[in-house]
Amino acid sequence: MAFFLARRLVQAVLILLGVAAITFLLLYFLPADPAVLIAGRSATPQMVAAIRHELGLDQPLVMQFLHYVGNLLHGDLGRSYTQKTEVLPLILARLPATLILMAAGIVVEVALGLTFGIIAAVRRGGFVDRSVMMLSFVGVSSPQFVVALLLLYVFAATLGWFPMSGFGTARHVVLPALTLGVLGAGWYARMVRSAMIEVLRQDYVRTAHAKGLSGRRVVLGHALPNALLPIIAMVGIDIGQFMSGVVVVEAVYGWPGIGQLAWQAIQQVDVPIIMGVTLVSALAIVLGNLLADFVAPFVDPRIRSQ
Amino acid sequence: MRVLRELTRRPSALFGLIVVVLVLLAAIFAPWIAHFSPDDQLADGLSLEGAPLPPGSDHLFGTDTLGRDLFARVLFGARTSLIIGLVANGVAVAIGLLVGLLAGYLRGAAGNLLMRFTDLMMAFPALLLAIALAALLKPSLWIVAMVIALVNWVQVARIVYTETRGLVERDFIVAERSLGAGNGRIILLHILPHLMPTAIVWGTLGIATTVLLEATLSFLGIGVQPPQPSWGNIIFESQSYFQDAPWLVFIPGAIILATALSFNLIGDALRDILDPTQRGRL
Repeated sequence: MAFFLARRLVQAVLILLGVAAITFLLLYFLPADPAVLIAGRSATPQMVAAIRHELGLDQPLVMQFLHYVGNLLHGDLGRSYTQKTEVLPLILARLPATLILMAAGIVVEVALGLTFGIIAAVRRGGFVDRSVMMLSFVGVSSPQFVVALLLLYVFAATLGWFPMSGFGTARHVVLPALTLGVLGAGWYARMVRSAMIEVLRQDYVRTAHAKGLSGRRVVLGHALPNALLPIIAMVGIDIGQFMSGVVVVEAVYGWPGIGQLAWQAIQQVDVPIIMGVTLVSALAIVLGNLLADFVAPFVDPRIRSQ
Repeated sequence: MRVLRELTRRPSALFGLIVVVLVLLAAIFAPWIAHFSPDDQLADGLSLEGAPLPPGSDHLFGTDTLGRDLFARVLFGARTSLIIGLVANGVAVAIGLLVGLLAGYLRGAAGNLLMRFTDLMMAFPALLLAIALAALLKPSLWIVAMVIALVNWVQVARIVYTETRGLVERDFIVAERSLGAGNGRIILLHILPHLMPTAIVWGTLGIATTVLLEATLSFLGIGVQPPQPSWGNIIFESQSYFQDAPWLVFIPGAIILATALSFNLIGDALRDILDPTQRGRL
C-alpha cells in the first residue's frame, strides 16, 4: 500500500508539471499580446518592444518555459502585469475567503446528499425515492448563476434576511454556500443512494436485521460505513472542482476569493495571475485526489491489508 | 423505434422529450412564432418612466431594458444555445470516442500516452480553462462551441477507453483477428457498434452540460456576444436589474433549467434502456 501511495505522489507531481506546460503553451500561442495591453493604446512600437523585453517575452519559447518552471520551483509565480506585485502573495491573500466558502459549501453538500441519499436508498422505488431522484436531477441541471440570483432575490432583496453581497460575517457565507451546496448535493444524493443500495442487499445486512437490530442501527451503524468510500473519493474530487468552480458564485456575490481574482485578471489579460490561479486550482485538484487516496485506508481496512 | 417506444412509457423521459421537441420547434420556427424582431428596440417597449415592461398580453415575457421583446429574444436565443449544445457536444463526443477507442485498442506505449494525457486534462480546472480561452480568443458562437468541446471530451474518452479495453479481450474479437481481419475492420465493424449506446447516452447527457456551460460563459460576458441573443447573455445583459425586473433573469433561467433537465432525463432513461446492467444506479 505504501508503494501505491508513493506512486500516486509521483503521478501527482508529473500531472502538475503537465498542467504548467499546457497552461504556458496555451497562453503563449494566444493572439492577445500582453505587452500591447500593458502599454496601452497610445504606445509607440518602441515602448511595446521595451515592455516585451522587460517581461522576457522576446526570448525563445523554450527559454521562457524553463525560466518559468525554474521560478515555480522557488515558489515564484511571476509578477502581475497590471497590479505590479508578486502573484503568489495576491493569491495567498485571497485563498482564505475561497477556503471558507469551499468548506461551507462541502458541508451543505455532504449533509444534504447523505440525508437524502440514505432516505432514497432505504425507500427504494417508492414515492420518496423517485422525488429525491427527480430533485437531484433538477439540482444538477440548474444554472448556478440563476440559482445565485434567485436566492439573492428571495432572501436578500425581498425578505432582507441576508446581505446582498460582501464578506466578513457568518451571514455573508450563507447564500453563496447554499448556492454551491444545494446544486452539488444532487450528485452526492445519487452516489450515496447507489452505494447504499449496493450495500443493503448484502448478506451481513440481512444478518443484522435477523439479529433483531433496529432499522436505524442497521442502516447507520452497519451499512453506511461500507458505503462511505465513494463519498470520500467524491469529496476529494470536489475540493478541486470548487477551486475552479467558484468563479461564478464569487462574481455574483462579490466574494473576495481567488475566483474573483481570476475573473478580474482574465478581463485585463493579466497572464501571470491567470496562470497562477490555474496552477493553484490544479494543485487543489491533485491534492484533493491524494487526500482521498490517503484517507481511504483509514476508513476501509480492506484497502489497508492490500 | 423500440427505444422511442420505451422512452414514451417513462413519465420523466416523456416530459423531457416533450420539452426538447418544443424547444427545437421554437428554435426552428422562431421567425414565424415571434411577433417582433429580437433586435428591435420598440418605440412602445418601455414604460413612460423608461422601465422595461412586465410580462403581459402584448409582450408574453415582457420587454428588456432596451425595450426589446423578451419572448422574441428567448426564441432566437434558443437557436444559439441549441446550435452550440449540439455542435460542441457532437465534437466532444467524437474526440472522446476517437481518443478512448485508440487508447483502449492500441494499449502499449501509444495507448498509455493518450490516457496519461486524458488524466492530465482531468486535473485541469475545466471551467477556468474555458473561461480563460473564451476571454482571450475574442468570443464568437463557433469559438465558444470549440472551447466547450475542448473541455468536455475528457469524460467520454475515459468511459470509452474502459469499455474498449473490455471488448478487445472478448472472444469474438480474438476470433475475428484469427480469421485475418485487419485493425481497421475490427475497430469500425466490430468495436464501434458496441460503443454506440455509450456514445448516444453521453451525447444526450452532454447536451445538458454544454447548454449550462454556454449559459455560464455568456453570463460572464465571454460567451456569445450581444446583440446576438443566447439564453446566457440575455441574463448577462439584465443581471443588474434583477430586483426591478426579475422576469428578465428568471424566465430565461427557467428555460435553461427546463432544457438541461430534459436532456438529463432523456439521457438517464436511455442509459436504462440501452444498458440494463446500469439500471437503477447513478
